Order: sequence, then C-alpha cells, then structure tokens
Amino acid sequence: MVPQIPQAADIARVLPEILWCAFGAFLMLLQPFLKNRQMLTLFGMIGAALGTLSTFFGHSGPGFFGLIQFDILSLFFHWLMGLVVFLVILASDSYLERENLAAAEFYALILFATAGMGVLASAQELLTAFIGLEMSSISSYILAGYRRDAVKSSESAVKYFLLGSFATAFFLYGIALVYGVTGSTNLAQIASADPSSNLLRLGLALILVGLGFKVALAPFQVWTPDVYEGAPTPVTALFAAGPKAATFALLLRIFTTIHAATDFWFWAFWILAVVTMFVGNLGAVVQTNVKRMLAYSSIAHAGYTLVAFAAVTFLKTDPEIGPWPAYAAVLFYLLGYALVKVGAFTIVSEIGGKGESHLTLDDFAGLATRQPFAAAAMTLFLLSLLGLPITAGFFGKFYVFKAAINSKLIWLAVLMTINSIIGAYYYLRVIVVMYWRDHEGKLPADAAPSLSPTAAMVVMVACLATLYLGLFPNHILGIVLSQDLILSAR
Amino acid sequence: MELSGHLLSVLIFFPAFGAAALLFLRSDDEYWVRRLTFVVSTVEFLFSLLLLRIVTIGAQGYSMTEYKAWIAAPPINYHLGVDGISMFLVILTTFLTPIGVLASWKGVHHRIKEFHVMLLLLEVGIIGVFLALDLFLFFLFWEVMLIPMAFLIGIWGHGRRIYAAVKFFLYTMAGSAFMIVGILWLYNLTGSLDLPIIQGILQMPQYHLSPSAEMLLFLSFFVAFAIKVPMFPFHTWLPDAHTEAPTAGSIILAGVLLKMGTYGMMRFCLPLFPEASHRAAPVVGVLAIIGIIYGALVALVQPNLKRLVAYSSVSHLGFVVLGIFTFHTVSMEGAVYQMLAHGISTGALFFLVGMLYDRRHTFEISEYGGLCAPMPKFAAFFLFITLSSMVLPMLNGFVGEFLILLGTYQVHWGWGSWAATGVILSACYLLWAYQRVFYGDTRIAENKEMKDIDAREYWGLVAFSVVALWMGIGSPYITRRIAAPVATVIQQTQSHYAVEAARPVTPSPSAVAVETQQDSGRRMVSR
Repeated sequence: MVPQIPQAADIARVLPEILWCAFGAFLMLLQPFLKNRQMLTLFGMIGAALGTLSTFFGHSGPGFFGLIQFDILSLFFHWLMGLVVFLVILASDSYLERENLAAAEFYALILFATAGMGVLASAQELLTAFIGLEMSSISSYILAGYRRDAVKSSESAVKYFLLGSFATAFFLYGIALVYGVTGSTNLAQIASADPSSNLLRLGLALILVGLGFKVALAPFQVWTPDVYEGAPTPVTALFAAGPKAATFALLLRIFTTIHAATDFWFWAFWILAVVTMFVGNLGAVVQTNVKRMLAYSSIAHAGYTLVAFAAVTFLKTDPEIGPWPAYAAVLFYLLGYALVKVGAFTIVSEIGGKGESHLTLDDFAGLATRQPFAAAAMTLFLLSLLGLPITAGFFGKFYVFKAAINSKLIWLAVLMTINSIIGAYYYLRVIVVMYWRDHEGKLPADAAPSLSPTAAMVVMVACLATLYLGLFPNHILGIVLSQDLILSAR
Repeated sequence: MELSGHLLSVLIFFPAFGAAALLFLRSDDEYWVRRLTFVVSTVEFLFSLLLLRIVTIGAQGYSMTEYKAWIAAPPINYHLGVDGISMFLVILTTFLTPIGVLASWKGVHHRIKEFHVMLLLLEVGIIGVFLALDLFLFFLFWEVMLIPMAFLIGIWGHGRRIYAAVKFFLYTMAGSAFMIVGILWLYNLTGSLDLPIIQGILQMPQYHLSPSAEMLLFLSFFVAFAIKVPMFPFHTWLPDAHTEAPTAGSIILAGVLLKMGTYGMMRFCLPLFPEASHRAAPVVGVLAIIGIIYGALVALVQPNLKRLVAYSSVSHLGFVVLGIFTFHTVSMEGAVYQMLAHGISTGALFFLVGMLYDRRHTFEISEYGGLCAPMPKFAAFFLFITLSSMVLPMLNGFVGEFLILLGTYQVHWGWGSWAATGVILSACYLLWAYQRVFYGDTRIAENKEMKDIDAREYWGLVAFSVVALWMGIGSPYITRRIAAPVATVIQQTQSHYAVEAARPVTPSPSAVAVETQQDSGRRMVSR
C-alpha cells in the first residue's frame, strides 16, 4: 500500500488547531523572557484570534483521509470556541494579577484545550475524537487545579481528573466494542453496519455515557458543581462554554451520522433530558453560592439542549421539515448559552475578589448601587439564562421548543416549560439580591470597587452579543440552517 | 421616510428615547430628571391624541399598520396596527404616565433617575402590547413590560415589596409560559405568527381545529390573560403587588396593566378560538361573577385602604370579563368602556391614597378619621372619585357597568342579577371607607396638622376629575369609536360559531382539517 501523503488542503482544514497549539507552545517558550503579563495576554488573544480566522483557509470536505470533516458544523464550533477562548483569556488577565498566578502556562493550557475542542468538533473518526477529548480534558484537569494554594482548586482538579478518566475509559471501551462489531472507527463506515447488533448498541451506549459525562448530563453530573466551584473562575467560564459545546458538536455528528444511534438513543435522550433538567434546576434552587448556582444552571441547560437532540430523531424522518431546524436549535442555543456563561462567570470572577472569597448571594447584595454596570449586565445574563425575550437565551429556548413541538414531543416541551419556571426562581433571586437588598454594612473591605477594564470589555462584548442574538437571530440562523451543515450525515 | 406614517412606532419608542436621554443626566439631578420625564410623557400623551384624528368612526380593521420583516424563520414581523379599542387603551396609558410622574414627585426619594427610566420603559412595553399585531411581537412586549414593573415594585415599594415583586413576576411568567406554547402551536398549525393571517386561516372551513385542540389553545392564552386580569382563582398576586407598589406603580398597574389581560381576551381568545370561547363561557362567566362578589366582599372587610382599592379592582375587572364573555354587542362595548373608566377612577383612587401615604406613611383606615376638617379640598376630590368608582350616573363608571349589565340581562338574566349585587356592594365598601376616613372626629393628633393638597396634586386630580365627568356625559364620543371594532370581534365570534353549530355532525372533519393544515403550514415553513 502506498503511504498517503496529506495534501495542503488537509493541512488547511486543521490550520486552527495547528495555530492554537503553536501559539500555546510559543507562549511557554516566551515565558522565561517576557515577564509582562499584559503582553502575554495579548499574545494569547492573538493566538486565539488567528486560529479562529484561519478557518477561512479551509474548504469544506473530509481531511486526512476521512479522519476529520470540515463542514459548517465544525466551522461554527471553531468560531464559537475561538470567541469564547478569546474572551476568557481577556477576562483572565485581571484574575491572574489578583491571584498572582503565572500567565504564560495558563494561556498555553487554554490554547491547547482549545485545539482539543477543535479536533472534537471536526472529528469524523472515533479515535481522532478520543485524541481531541483527551487534549482538551488533560489541559482542563491542570487548569482546574491552577490555583495550587487553594484547597478547593486542588480538590476540583483531583475530582475532575479521577471521574474524567473514568468517563474517558467508558468512551474508549465503547469505541472498542463498536470497532469489534463493525471493524472500523470511521463514522461513515459504522453507519453502514448492521444496526441491529446488540454489541453495537452496547458500544454506542458506552460512548453516550462517556460524552454525557463531559457535557454533565444527569446522572453523570455529580462532578460538575464541585469542579466548577473549585476551578479558577475564568477557567469555569471556559468549562461551561467550550468543552461542553465541543462535546455536543461531536455528539451531534455521531448521532446524525450513525442511524443506529438515532433510533437507539432517542429514549436515552428523552429520559436524560428530563432528568438533567430537573436535577440541574432543583439543585440550583437551594444554592447560596452564586458560582455553584451557575454550575447547576449549566447542568440544566445541557438538559434543554438535549431536548433538541430528541427532536432530531423525529424530524430526520420527516421529509417536509427535515432535521435542520433542530440542528439549528442546538447550535443557536449553545452559542447564546456559551456567551452568556462567559459573561456571567466573568462578573462572578470580579466580584469574587482575591482568593475568590466573595461568592455567596450576600456578596451580591446591593451590587446595583456599588457597581451599576456589573449589576445591569448580570441581570441581562440571568434573564437570558431564564429565557426572556430580546436576549439570546430566549431564541435559543424558542427554537428548541419549536423543534420539540414540530416533532410532537409535547410532553418534553411541557416539562421544559415547567423547568423554565423553576429556573425563574433562582435566577430572579440573584437579581432581587442585587437590586433590592442592601449589603447592610457587611461589605468586605477588599471588595472590588468596579470591574477591571479588561473584564468590563468582556462583559460588554457578551452583553452586546446577547442582545444581538436576541434581536437578530436570523443572521446566525441563516448560516446554520444549511443543507451542508453536517456533510457526513448526507 | 415620512414620520406621520410611523406614528405607532414613534408612540412605542418615544418614551424609550426619553429614558435614554435621562441616562445622560446626573443621578442626583432630581430637578431635571422629574421635569424631563414629565415633559417626555406629556408629549407622548399629545402624540397619542393624534390617533383620535386618524382612527375614524366606523373604521374597519386596523389603521396605521406598519409592517416590516424582522426575522425570517420563524416569520416574525414587526407588525403594528391600531383600532378603536387599542387606541383608547394607548391614550389611557399615555394619560396615566405623566400623572404617575406627578404622583411620585414627593413619594420617591432614592434612585430617582432609575425610577423614571423604569416608568418610561414600562410605558414602552405597555403601548407595544396594545399595538402589536404579530403574536410574537405581542409576547415580546408582554414579557419585556414585566421587568420594569417588577423593579418598580421591588425597589420603590413599601414593606414586603420583594415578596410582592417576585410573586407578581412568577405569576405572570407562569402564565406567559403557557401562552408561548400556545403561540408556537398556532404557528405550527398555520405557518404564520401574524394575527390577521392566522385569523383568516382559522376561519376557513377546511382549517377548523378539533374541539379539544381548540380548547387547549384557548386555555393556553386564556390562563395567561386571566392571571393578568386577574380573575378569581388567579387573583392573589394583585393585593400584594398593589399594596407594596409605589403610587405610580399602582396607578399604572391598576390603570392599564390589568387591561392587558382583558384586551388579550378580546383580541386573541375570542376571534381566534370562537367555539372554545363559547364552550368556556359558562365557566368563565361564573368565575367572573364570583370575582365580582368575592372581590367586593373582601374589599368590604379590608382594614388597609390600598388593599381595599386593590380588591375593588378584582370586582370591577370581573364586570369586564363578564361583559366580554356574554358575546353581546352592548355588554362588550360596556366592557371596553369599563376598562377605560376603571383605569381613570382606580388610577385616581390610588393617586389619592398615595397622597395620604405621603403625609402619614400608613394605609390603615383606623389611622385616619375626620380628615374633612384639615383637608377639605382633598376630601372633595376623594368623594368625587369615589362616586365615579361606585357607578354613579353621569360619571365614568356608570356607563361601562350599565352597558355590561344591560347586555348581560338580555343573555342570562341570572348572571345579570348576581353581577348587579356587585354594584351595590361597591357602594357599601367605598362609602363606608370614605366615612371612616373623612368623617367623625379627628382622633389622632397628627391628622389635625395634615396639609391639604398642593398645586401639583390639585392639577393631577383636576385632570382625573374632568376626564371622569367627561366620560360620564360625553360617552358617545368613545362608544361610537369602539362600536366598529367591537362589532368586528362579535362578528368574528358569532358567525363562525353559528356556522359551526349549524353544520351537521360528520365523522370528525376537523381531524382531517388539522392534517391538511399542518401540511400547508409545513410547506410554508420548510425552505
């Protein structure tokens, strides 16, 4: 067999990953010579931006002999993650200064993780996906424990690492079983295998468990609150937005390509969606720590996203509508959600102050008088998470909802409505505390007087994006609602 | 771009520009914040009066429609229009907002700038609700309006304000969650979100909904509106919200927010789901009567003056719902009239009660007594407004309730008689309250030194009183303008129902209809 040589087009299709990795390595090399944190931040942001922009060089189609697939799905998620990482790096600047942490490695790890997520979003083959998953996970483990002196941060890293490796094992075991049945790890070839094989179903189930862990679906969500709470807050923002979105991208690709998975996973999605929504929302209701509350809320949002997945099953067989609205719902939802979460966690990070010691609801009391901008922005983010009109969250929910009703999943839609109402309770509580309660003189001396300029920029961008998506959802939807969204699924 | 063609957009967004302008003022610049808001809201009121010249008597359908494509999938369009009903509700809103500014001149002391920004944003939301002809746009304004109102109650309210604000928010949220399900369902059936288009499609014989589907859709809208009105079993948020809200908040809440519910019933529930409306009417009518009597009885025993007025709203709004669900032209015109009249008289009552609170910081009736002596002018105005609220002929309240009862008697005399007791009870609780507050000895020393109304309050009350009197004697001016749109609603409800009733029972044609409907809807949706 003649060894195959990658062409320039293949390289172009992974150019973002290459650039992200290269900038990560470059930052690490730069560290001994460059002590200026702000310059490092700038380099990190340039890296994130260049990687994202380099998607313009890629042409849609399979790359590296079918290992990856460059299509609108992967393009969309590359942009989503590029944007998220860009904002996270900008938001980290003041955080690293406050906590006195080394900047270069931090940014390098974030960029490595981003590269892993990029691979996940375009992987067309399960082992490639596994590599992407590991790249992002291992960087994440380190990032979670980056605040070495803090017990919570270390606990977060250990928990994430132990449970994460466990989940990866499930994923790998699933791949092995699928390979055993079909003789291939390529999604397209698995798709053509006999779907009735029980072993194949077992393999697919294990893959779902492994990925379900990464996106924090109940009952695989137990790690989420602790890890999110312990990790440095900008990293939490990254966790809540990046890996989650990338894993959902992979899930979508597997799910749409392998028809056996579509039928087999439908009820799994249905049940997981309901359980996840309830676990996330009911868990969030009792939280007094805002960071932890947002962690639970991100579990709930994974549940909402899954509702659209369940809808895909029906719409796929519907010749009139087709699955596109449901895909679009997933993508739009994740975009809006990711930007809002980055904004919200950035504010939490700034309010948290040194050592992240001010994260409870009491610390948010009277924020409206101390920091009107931060309070107003936080309100906008919370209303978006709650799903009120003219915010991104509203249209996200709206499209998911529409997909569910289109596919006659009325009960799922009703349960989603009930969950939205439960959600209103705990999101509103934060707003209530910010606007309607005074800090009653208990304001800590080291409370930040206002957002740092970099954080304010991030929050501003997130606010504008939230409103933009809430007012003109069509611009993004037009891109997403394409027949070529997922090439391998055609 | 000709400005006059965009009057409705101007009406909606002018207060928003005002709010933006306020942001440029310093927050402690109390003097200019109040004056600017007052000027903006007064100019807005004058703008809205232009509608009177545009919407002619007997005009069919919607005037001044504006249509602009906004979002392609789902097809959400910026579609506005005004008819006789919504015109007067808009004018009522723009009338009450400057009064709200006057009412909070002394009552609001902290975060004054934010207060006025919220007040103007609230106006944006409410006017948007009344003018939107796209279901989605309607829902958007409906939700957007919630936030400033909740803030008004929560930040500038009294006592248990946070509890009241959250309760208000959650009740309305729960209702609108069902409404959005209904809206999406309708969209799925018809492939459109545009009210006139949906109406047209649903009236085609081949697009009839199955009875159960129609009932569910009706309920999904009706519950949201019934919470807002509020109708009897859903009313518990109202006393809390009213009692804790600042005066301006109460005026707007009672004056126009509650009417959004009854307006929604007339605009959406009846024309879109005529059959279900007719089937639900017996239950709705009985609930409305329970609301009338129950609200009045509870008002009778309230020791708190503001709560008393709040419960009287439950009673008066019961009349409106009753008037709508008797499907009689006269009672429906009465219902619209009563919406406006109640906005004036209850708005004025809250204004007056707020003045008492500004002076004594309590709403307890037992804290007052014998106020006639220290505040004669105030007492005179209070009596006038009380009479207008308790259905005295020649004043605004009479026309609405009389028409409602007149129409109701012709349809169900039993309902009419029960509802009429509400009129008697309203005289009881209002006059008794008036007696306890204004007559007798001035027992409490502080009350003896209470100041009578100043110029600002005087002119606010004069405005209310003149309108109340004018609505009592000049009612044809309004009824002639609401006759045509009411007739349209009745016709949409009736003819459809008559066709339905006359049709022989065939094996479930509606099921077939729903199928074809879905197909056509999908064809419209899929690209």
